[in-house]
Amino acid sequence: MNRAVSAWILYGSLFLGLLVMVVPLPVGMDVARPYLLALLLIYWMLELPDRVGLGTAFLAGLAADLVSGTLLGEQAMRLVILAFLVQRFRARLRFFPLWQQAAAVGALLLNDRLVALAIHFAAGTGLPHWGTWVSPLLGFAIWPWLFLLLDELRLRQRERTG
Amino acid sequence: MAYTGNPAPRLSDSAAGTLPLLAYLAIALVLMVADSRGDFGAKARAQLSVVAEPVWWLASAPTRIARSLRENVNTRAGLQEENLRLRRELEVSNARLHRLLAVAEENQRLRELLGGTRGYRLQARLVGILDVDLDPTRQRILLDAGSQDGVAVGQAMIDAGGVLGQVVEVGPRTATALLLTDPDHAVPVQVARSGLRLIAFGTGRVDRLLLPNIPQSADIRAGDRLVTSGIGGRFPAGFPVAVVENVRPDESGLFMLAEARPTARLDRGVEVLLVANTLEGVDDGPPLPPPPPEPEPPSEPEAPAADASAPAAADAADVSSDDPDAEDGHP
Repeated sequence: MNRAVSAWILYGSLFLGLLVMVVPLPVGMDVARPYLLALLLIYWMLELPDRVGLGTAFLAGLAADLVSGTLLGEQAMRLVILAFLVQRFRARLRFFPLWQQAAAVGALLLNDRLVALAIHFAAGTGLPHWGTWVSPLLGFAIWPWLFLLLDELRLRQRERTG
Repeated sequence: MAYTGNPAPRLSDSAAGTLPLLAYLAIALVLMVADSRGDFGAKARAQLSVVAEPVWWLASAPTRIARSLRENVNTRAGLQEENLRLRRELEVSNARLHRLLAVAEENQRLRELLGGTRGYRLQARLVGILDVDLDPTRQRILLDAGSQDGVAVGQAMIDAGGVLGQVVEVGPRTATALLLTDPDHAVPVQVARSGLRLIAFGTGRVDRLLLPNIPQSADIRAGDRLVTSGIGGRFPAGFPVAVVENVRPDESGLFMLAEARPTARLDRGVEVLLVANTLEGVDDGPPLPPPPPEPEPPSEPEAPAADASAPAAADAADVSSDDPDAEDGHP
């Protein structure tokens, strides 16, 4: 059944996540950019646990570091921590109602911001803009729609292939 | 039996989950440390930027398309008007340039009179900015030219308003530049009015530079223009950097602290000028005093005097050429 999800959708969506990370936004909005790559990783870890794991998260994070110019390894670390938490609570997260799942995802993203803050402090870069705390909220708001969209895509593709 | 069997697999399961986590975290940590200390990160990025290029290219595509569309649908009248305006500006700039040329010639003549052999020559190149948002906590921009186009690490970046920053990483077709306002960036400046030399540090905010450790007696006040002093040789001298907004005593009360607003358009320009400071001729230290016109072996008593004056002259030249560097180190 898992075979039915093609690599195109999986890796294409992750590539899209990378793209959204650097697409130019108006000044002031770019700090609150939702962390779409993390959302996509959470989704695929919930649905395809045997194909997406810590390794995928690490590689995606390294690619994100290269693309967005962060410290090499920063986002890799953040995403690996995120992925580990998702793996740990996967059974519970999967059977939450959608709004509750969104809240949990929001909490995960908030935790991710805290990890990023710790890394920035250790690296000696100053306090981030307050707008960065809006990003988890946006992630929370986007999650239900993203979930429904990806589910739809996946199911439609499965119907087509067999 | 069933109950006693349950906890064991769970334990081993969690151990199996934690071990890879620790391994990945360790790798990430090593990478981060290597990147923040030493230039491993810049090298790795230069090699691997090939991976990121398609993403950057795609991300900046909407802006590029919008720009070309706007250029295509411009009306004839609008183009004519723009043409007229540009021609007028060109004339004004040309007039100004001619005056500057005269000043440059005069400068060169004075330099020769002083016996200085070192002169910097400016090389400029217009480079486009890839419209891509990098990590907002670090003030960087991406340039649309790389080592294949002759961009090198250390080149200064300016726009019509003044200094923007400098190139820090160069890939084959793209380059990353550090903006003036990044917390990691510092630029040696000079107060245009009083000649006071200072160092301007970035703060991480687009509209703010910080000049710490100014002596109480220093001649600086709000409204002063800061220009690059050319010390250190990385930024060519004389380009506007910022305007002082306020001066106040720092926490210790022993020194003053000034805040300044950059004059360059840091938020979003379309093109920047990359300027390289190339040395003319070989950099062979301070200028030597001209050799004595005739050898003086015959007169014995005069020789020591001549010897003594030559090193003194050399010392004087040494001091005058090293002086800026010495003052650079103090503040």
